[in-house]
Amino acid sequence: MKEKKHQKEKDKKKKKIISRKPTPRVRETEEMEGRKQRLLNAALDLERRDPKELDRLFPDGFKVLSPTAILGYGFPPESFLRGIERNPQLIAVDGGSTDPGPFYLGSGKSFTNRAFVKRDLRFMLVEGIKRNIPVVIGTAGGSGALPHLEWCKEIILEIAREEGLSFQLGIIPADIPKPVVLKALEEDALKPLPFVPPVNRRAIEESPYIVAQFGVEPIIEAHRRGCEVILCGRCFDPAVFAALPIMLGFDPGLALHMGKILECAAIAATPGSGADCVLGILKGDCFILESLNPARVFTSASTAAHTLYEKSDPYHLYGPGGMINLEQTTFTELGNGRVEVRGSRFEPIQPYTVKLEGARPIGFRTVCLAGVRDPIMIEGIDRILEEVKTQVTSLMEKEGIKGTLYFHLYGKNGVMGSREPNQSSSHELGVLIDAIGETQKDADTLCSVTRSTLLHYGYKGRIATAGNLAFPFSPSDTPMGEVYEFSLYHLMTINSQRLFPLKVEQVGGKK
Amino acid sequence: MKRSILEVARVIRSKNSGPYELTLDILFKDRKWYELFKNRKIVNEELIAQLYKVKQEEILGIIWFEPVSAVKITIRRPCPSGSPGDTDIYGAQQHAPLLGIEFDAEE
Repeated sequence: MKEKKHQKEKDKKKKKIISRKPTPRVRETEEMEGRKQRLLNAALDLERRDPKELDRLFPDGFKVLSPTAILGYGFPPESFLRGIERNPQLIAVDGGSTDPGPFYLGSGKSFTNRAFVKRDLRFMLVEGIKRNIPVVIGTAGGSGALPHLEWCKEIILEIAREEGLSFQLGIIPADIPKPVVLKALEEDALKPLPFVPPVNRRAIEESPYIVAQFGVEPIIEAHRRGCEVILCGRCFDPAVFAALPIMLGFDPGLALHMGKILECAAIAATPGSGADCVLGILKGDCFILESLNPARVFTSASTAAHTLYEKSDPYHLYGPGGMINLEQTTFTELGNGRVEVRGSRFEPIQPYTVKLEGARPIGFRTVCLAGVRDPIMIEGIDRILEEVKTQVTSLMEKEGIKGTLYFHLYGKNGVMGSREPNQSSSHELGVLIDAIGETQKDADTLCSVTRSTLLHYGYKGRIATAGNLAFPFSPSDTPMGEVYEFSLYHLMTINSQRLFPLKVEQVGGKK
Repeated sequence: MKRSILEVARVIRSKNSGPYELTLDILFKDRKWYELFKNRKIVNEELIAQLYKVKQEEILGIIWFEPVSAVKITIRRPCPSGSPGDTDIYGAQQHAPLLGIEFDAEE
């Protein structure tokens, strides 16, 4: 009992440290800057605390709970509660990715499921508010543009109403106004990333939403302002985990590298999972990773292997304002499924750049899936599809219907296309007709005419004259709606973090 | 005697690294095989160019990553993720050509 009380007092003290806003060092910096200039680069503008001092202030380390790899992917409640019992000082989650393709950014829709985003957030908000732990959500709604922020905010407000929660909500949009992007284009301040074609005025103007991945600085601003829940637009995935500890004086290299691992939650553990909770414990000169599910462990191999994941260079992870250098990083197993990571450094790069992302609509799609079993047709399939394409394209041109036709040939090269090295073919093929037109009507027409032409096409050597395709469904064609392509994937130099203006709102009544 | 890479690798995978790049990882079962592949340059630009039908300038890099005995190869996507004609939005099923790599275990 006594011990418990002692622990409680210890916790109180800890909370005091956390809630000391702003910290003395931060105040100094602000005074120096006359409160006029916000941080441009936290790694340069904030002083770091001595590792020993940090270990004294945070004897158990600075604990960050990451519930899941992407908000809405879910997690076992037991793992989450195990994490909460460890008294974390921060709950943070990443919400986004460009992996699902350009549609979600371009259309303003989320690729995650609303019911499950709400389910995950409910756990985080209820426990976070109750225990005074800040909750930070990165890349709202999957792509982090304004409609995604609005979508996620609505879910947060719903939960607050249902649970009777009140808190200060900070919202940080990541949309970059088009005039800013166009000016950067004119001033040659947009640099394409490798293999990205040059962007022009038109592509910028046609992109409904252009976002930039912001770094820790706007999130630090929100923490300083005392926001208890911070909802971010598109941001650098590790930033939501790293901002608060960097603000408190922890090493940015370690904080960001820990964030890089935590943003994928248990994916870096073994067996890996994108839907389970982990705890990151940041110390003065290292960080420790712990699985919150006894069925998983971190090993030095699983942790180190994760630095390879989805990146082109495992030693140098580029982000807003600099690069995490892992050349000297070591991974050591501590036993009990824990791994200690040391030696990661953050190297600021000037000028400060952020990555822009944009997608633009390029038409509408209609698809039709059908099977082919006839060996003679399979033998000649490439030639047959080419002939059908020529015939249909010529018909469409005469009717003034604009569109482009693609065939995905499953069973032959549907997955790798022209890069498929295996020239053999299976006994049956799946033909996916992929028709893209200027309007949905055009796409429907192109798909329909292609389907009927291919169904009855009298190819050379044909002996099955009743029909060439096996349809699994009626109707056979599916309109898919608008099609987008990435239009921007460029670095842009910025001079101020004011591009990411924090908005603070009181949710529920004042406490 | 030719041996298959499947005997010495524990992970062979592909994934987008952003919408314009495809990154391929081979994680070896132990350091010995990593060293052998690295020292003999078994995974090299010519091999990747041939396996993936890419020009050498479409290979962004081949990086040997000692902490996990792995090699990472990053190449240009045949078409940006999700653009018309793309076949694999996440790029997660582009690793198969690597599975056919063979090597000579003898010196």
